[in-house]
Amino acid sequence: MTDVLNISLVGVGGQGILLASDILCHVALLTGKDVKKSEIHGMAQRGGSVISQVRIGEKVYSPLIAVGQTDILLSFEKLEALRYAHFLAPDGIAMVNNQEIRPVTVSSGQSQWPENIDDRLRNTFQRLELIPALDIARALGNVRIVNVVMIGALSNHMDVEDTIWRESIRALVKPQYIDFNLKAFDAGKQAGTTVRV
Amino acid sequence: MLSSLSHKLSIALGQSQIITAKRTCHPPCFAQPCRGIKELAMQSNTNTLKVLSGNEAIAHGAYAAGVEVAAAYPGTPSTEILENLAKFSGVYCEWSVNEKVAMEVCIGASFAGSRSLVAMKHVGLNVALDPLMTFAYIGANGGIVVVVADDPGMHSSQNEQDSRMLAKFARVPMLEPSDSQECFEMVRHALDISEEFGTPVIVRTATRISHSSSVVNLAGFERRPRSNRKYEKDITQRVMVPMFARRMRLVLEEKVAKLLQYSESASIQIMENNTEELRPRFGVITSGIAYQYVREVFPEVPVLKLGMTFPLPKILIKKFAESVDKLYVVEEGDAYLEEQILAMGIKVEQPEVSFRIGELSPDRVAMLRAEIYGQERSQFAIPKQSDDLPARPPVLCPGCAHRGVFYALNRLKATVTGDIGCYSLGAFPPLSAMDSIVCMGAAIGNSHGMEKAGYKGRVAAVIGDSTFFHSGITGLLNVVYNKGASTIIVLDNRTTAMTGHQDHPGTGRTLMGEETTEALVEDVARGVGVKRVRVVDPYDLEATYNVIKEELDTPEPSVIASKKACILGGRIVVARQYGIDFDLCKACGSCLRLGCPAIEVIEASDADPKKRKARINPVLCVGCAMCLQVCKFNAIKETTY
Repeated sequence: MTDVLNISLVGVGGQGILLASDILCHVALLTGKDVKKSEIHGMAQRGGSVISQVRIGEKVYSPLIAVGQTDILLSFEKLEALRYAHFLAPDGIAMVNNQEIRPVTVSSGQSQWPENIDDRLRNTFQRLELIPALDIARALGNVRIVNVVMIGALSNHMDVEDTIWRESIRALVKPQYIDFNLKAFDAGKQAGTTVRV
Repeated sequence: MLSSLSHKLSIALGQSQIITAKRTCHPPCFAQPCRGIKELAMQSNTNTLKVLSGNEAIAHGAYAAGVEVAAAYPGTPSTEILENLAKFSGVYCEWSVNEKVAMEVCIGASFAGSRSLVAMKHVGLNVALDPLMTFAYIGANGGIVVVVADDPGMHSSQNEQDSRMLAKFARVPMLEPSDSQECFEMVRHALDISEEFGTPVIVRTATRISHSSSVVNLAGFERRPRSNRKYEKDITQRVMVPMFARRMRLVLEEKVAKLLQYSESASIQIMENNTEELRPRFGVITSGIAYQYVREVFPEVPVLKLGMTFPLPKILIKKFAESVDKLYVVEEGDAYLEEQILAMGIKVEQPEVSFRIGELSPDRVAMLRAEIYGQERSQFAIPKQSDDLPARPPVLCPGCAHRGVFYALNRLKATVTGDIGCYSLGAFPPLSAMDSIVCMGAAIGNSHGMEKAGYKGRVAAVIGDSTFFHSGITGLLNVVYNKGASTIIVLDNRTTAMTGHQDHPGTGRTLMGEETTEALVEDVARGVGVKRVRVVDPYDLEATYNVIKEELDTPEPSVIASKKACILGGRIVVARQYGIDFDLCKACGSCLRLGCPAIEVIEASDADPKKRKARINPVLCVGCAMCLQVCKFNAIKETTY
């Protein structure tokens, strides 16, 4: 039970979280591990908060991660990192894309965006990595590639051969986008090494 | 320094370990003999292992089992079953107009000798229950599996129902998979049972089965050849008039008795951790997803995992209960297992922790463990979410055509009976233009009822196009027949948007991608006798307002088709975008009343929050131009970003 790696991927509908978790599952499969993934479909396309959970180990029972047991919180957005902070284990790592997306409750003036959100992230997470995934994706020419940049950064924390990551990306993205995705993976991996805590 | 996390990372992902010993999968992977996942992966080096969702696995299982006819109406969390099955060649798949029709189509296929699959969400089974109840009497010729996906916790549903009750109610056997591998296997198993015993078989999943993914071993994945079952006329079996139905009622009980015997020794009733030598303090009976949480939280405890939960294996349960000092039942939802086990005269522990309401989780099962082992509740305090963060609710998309109708209904202060779909989001501020949601099609009957009860306000019924075809037409005919005066607005966005853009009778395409007759809401309305049929473009706010007002004030039945394709369907090209001229903006807030996610209030900590100017987010704006029409100061203008 304790030898299962728990990864929670969180963010906003439309950020490509489901593809990122599919890549992770494929990596687990190629390393010969058992893997389970749990996510909720339905309202995801309508700008809501999204969470996908991936568990990897010799034998995995529950597809759901118990609250406070996530080893790596891979957050595609800052506010969502705070929203799911309680999912993280005390010694877990929060990897947060340096991106802010205002929910409609804030943009319409009903609620306030958290003040000094970067400080709050630092105070909330003992082990925090702020990944400039949005900037990297912009530099690569398409903000939609943020998800694979984040996967690249995540790969630094997992003892998996590079070829397995690449094979998984090849298996899951459309053929014409493979090279672009691999580039994004490399850039994310490179960026991840510079922000390690 | 080696933190426990990095230790875990190396154990969970270590490449150096080479597994040579044979491992057994729990639950058994059904490969003969059962082999561990790692060994399979190392041996095969092929594509026999896949990570599939429960729904994908059901589709694979149905194809392998030789299903020839499959029908469904989309409904979360069941939708992807048919979407995936339709990808295989040689299986006729259709989106039926509703679940009742889907069930009847598959019953017909069973009459003809073919194997069939019908899939639906839990509330869909309510719609399909009528044919199922009587078909249970008639029984199957070709195998028929009814997949029903429950939604405990109501992730995307209007209620939570435990469908297991309906298997018992209809007296048809039920299997409950606990992961994707079992989904794949149990569909095949269900079809074998269906043909062997001559009965429909329910395979019951839940959101965490249908929408969770796990490893499936597709070794030996081949399509079963077509059986040679033929249709033979027998009115005593299939014509359910009272004289024949009375006999079939008895036949049904004979089948249940035989199924009970089968259930006692079925390979899918599995005992784990049941060591003879040491009498354990307690054991757990469980099924479905609850099994996974039990094994997660109680790895050492004896478990009776029931794969077949109707009829329940009495002798097996008794034997298990006798092998432990105390018996706990862990199940998600109703006390379905527990009540029947109690009725067998077996004592079941009654912990304080209850799982009756909402979705089960490892956290909740851990609270049971804490209670059993006498730990303080406080030691098991589950970390809580920060409560000061702004919510991120789902919202109507920028450019969503429903917005124009709800904006008008809000201005008219109409009472709105609503229905099931994305447009339920119109109930929330700032549009706040929906008063009720009950079930598919209810909007029309509800508005008619309010009118007949003498309610004096303006009542509008709002229903989507797919929902209208599903079960709105009968309600509309009822309004006309009974001299009602309802105003029915069909939000006609030419797709089943909520569940992910499935085709329906109004789209002119079938699930299998063929072109077909396109049903028009206006034609159907005229066909059932509605004289006042109007068509509006909801992007034209003034015209939409005027037409709705006129029809609400006319004491006759009327149908307004609000026609505009769903913005998410990819069929709309963003031709222009808009921006706000800050010099002209008076911060009046009119544009904010549209509730468009693309219109943002500019944040300025020193500004009066009630007097903040707005801007338009160019990433989100699709150029619908509705905001342009509500700005009294002409501050919103076409722009290029």
